Amino acid sequence: MTATRAGALELEAQVADRGVDVALTVAPGETVALLGPNGAGKSTVLSLAAGLLRPDTGRVALDGRVLAASGPGAARAWVPPHDRHVALMAQDPLLFPHLTVRDNVAFAPRSRGAGRAEARDAAHHWLAEVGVAELADRRPAQLSGGQAQRVAVARALAAEPRLLLLDEPMAALDVAVTPALRQTLRRVLAGRSVLLVTHDALDALLLADTVVVVDGGRVVERGPAAEVLARPRSDFAARVAGLNLLRGTWRGDAVHTANGLAVHGRATGPAPADGDPAVAVFSPSAVSVFREPPGGSPRNALASVVTDVEPHGDRIRLRAGEVSADVTAQAAAELDLAPGARVTFTVKAGEVSVYRL
Amino acid sequence: MTARRARPEPGVPGWIHVPALVGAAFVLLPLVAVVSRVEWGSFLELVTSEASRDALVLSLQTSAASTVLCLLLGVPMAVVLARTELPGLGVLRSLVLLPLVLPPVVGGIALLYTFGRRGLLGETVEALGFQVAFSTVAVVLAQTFVALPFLVVSLEGALRTAGRRYEVVAASLGARPTTVFRRVTLPLVLPGLVSGAVLSFARALGEFGATITFAGSLQGVTRTLPLEIYLRRETDADAAVALSLVLVVVAVVVIGFARQGRTAL
Repeated sequence: MTATRAGALELEAQVADRGVDVALTVAPGETVALLGPNGAGKSTVLSLAAGLLRPDTGRVALDGRVLAASGPGAARAWVPPHDRHVALMAQDPLLFPHLTVRDNVAFAPRSRGAGRAEARDAAHHWLAEVGVAELADRRPAQLSGGQAQRVAVARALAAEPRLLLLDEPMAALDVAVTPALRQTLRRVLAGRSVLLVTHDALDALLLADTVVVVDGGRVVERGPAAEVLARPRSDFAARVAGLNLLRGTWRGDAVHTANGLAVHGRATGPAPADGDPAVAVFSPSAVSVFREPPGGSPRNALASVVTDVEPHGDRIRLRAGEVSADVTAQAAAELDLAPGARVTFTVKAGEVSVYRL
Repeated sequence: MTARRARPEPGVPGWIHVPALVGAAFVLLPLVAVVSRVEWGSFLELVTSEASRDALVLSLQTSAASTVLCLLLGVPMAVVLARTELPGLGVLRSLVLLPLVLPPVVGGIALLYTFGRRGLLGETVEALGFQVAFSTVAVVLAQTFVALPFLVVSLEGALRTAGRRYEVVAASLGARPTTVFRRVTLPLVLPGLVSGAVLSFARALGEFGATITFAGSLQGVTRTLPLEIYLRRETDADAAVALSLVLVVVAVVVIGFARQGRTAL
């Protein structure tokens, strides 16, 4: 199987009737997560890249080849969807119901003109790659949701796209199968150019290199995934994300960060082995704040100095180094929490999810 | 069949069963009446007379030909109506469905003034060495004219129900529009296509008014089974009844096919 060349996407487009005016890029091999509220324009961006929608004005290019261009001063150009080398995978797997799993995955190679045997080999390769080779002879109706979505991933990869568009690939799945599929996606997306629409901050963190936040049809924030999710500047990112994300090394049963913090938690998805890079994820609202070291011996007691105090909805968000905590305004006043205050943050190990990176 | 307990249906008042039963009886009783009037002793002889056989064979042949014609013209029409957004398409859709509500005899007259000797296209057709009116070709055209909307309506509905999402995915996997149409769209709407074709065939088989107006009634050339039945009714009522039963049986078989087509997949 030849390695697919990962493409570079440049997209800059206005769509008036959807109130969308966006510009974004995907570098070769980069996974960009598009985060934003419903109706923010995320799907419009995917449609523009896939060729399902023409921009009123603007330009879409992949590896310098203009896929769409229109508007004053631009030479009009249009490449139809089938000729873009851009594969789309939706929330619903949309496997062709009249074809077997094998023929579904062989569909793209066949459409490219590959012979039967070659397409069949490609189908087996990609089915094995996502771990469902044994399902080749089934009909889509005989698959579970998670299996169907894996087959959809294999089918999209078999098209050897230069850009892969994923529209909330895990939103319709049972939470029980999400971690395993997320792990598979992490593996197969590595080194590919991907534009991923998601609602889930964890998907963005674990799958994407870069996060682009879209709100009201505009790009409001862009940056490295870990940074945007941990220190969101836009309102929306702050609402969905604003999670505590502590990266480090898994030793014993805790994530050890570079700053010497040790955070105990439960592994979600495949368990990391000692020495694996891992990330501990917990919500600021799960953090309790103490001025004096608390009694007993909580497993996660992180001593720190408050660096920031800011309102966050109806609560107050404290920041101390890498960790944020949400407290009520009353508690903030009683504890006299101001920048410079010495505090101890505690969080129950059960509130901390650990992911292997 | 095992007895099933009636499930309480909040939206079905008890009294509604009465008019529903009356309606069913209204449809079924005439069929019973036909069957009860059949002279079984001479039935075989009546339906296998030369004139009967000519009419039956002609009916089946022309209906099959017009079904093929309906498929060739109707599938593209349904796709354009269901999938494209050209201006004026709404008006065009209504006009295309006109033969559904038009009296067939009016359709026959319209066809006569289109393809007849003095018709709109008459001279063109004649220059090509054809004489359409009052030929078997005219029968096929008349049947196609009245049957085409059945196929278009049935298939357009199936296309709209299937939606375009699978087609979008197929295109993003690199399939050209023709490949998408052949490998995704058509297989997905196959049940609708089959039931549409069967309905068209049935409509063509029963066609009378447009045929007699545009094609006339020549034994073995344009006299299809409905025309034969109508003519015999005056002179040989028993034969008319026997042939009617043949058409009823064919219609029942056709409906069975259509139902199967709809429940397939």
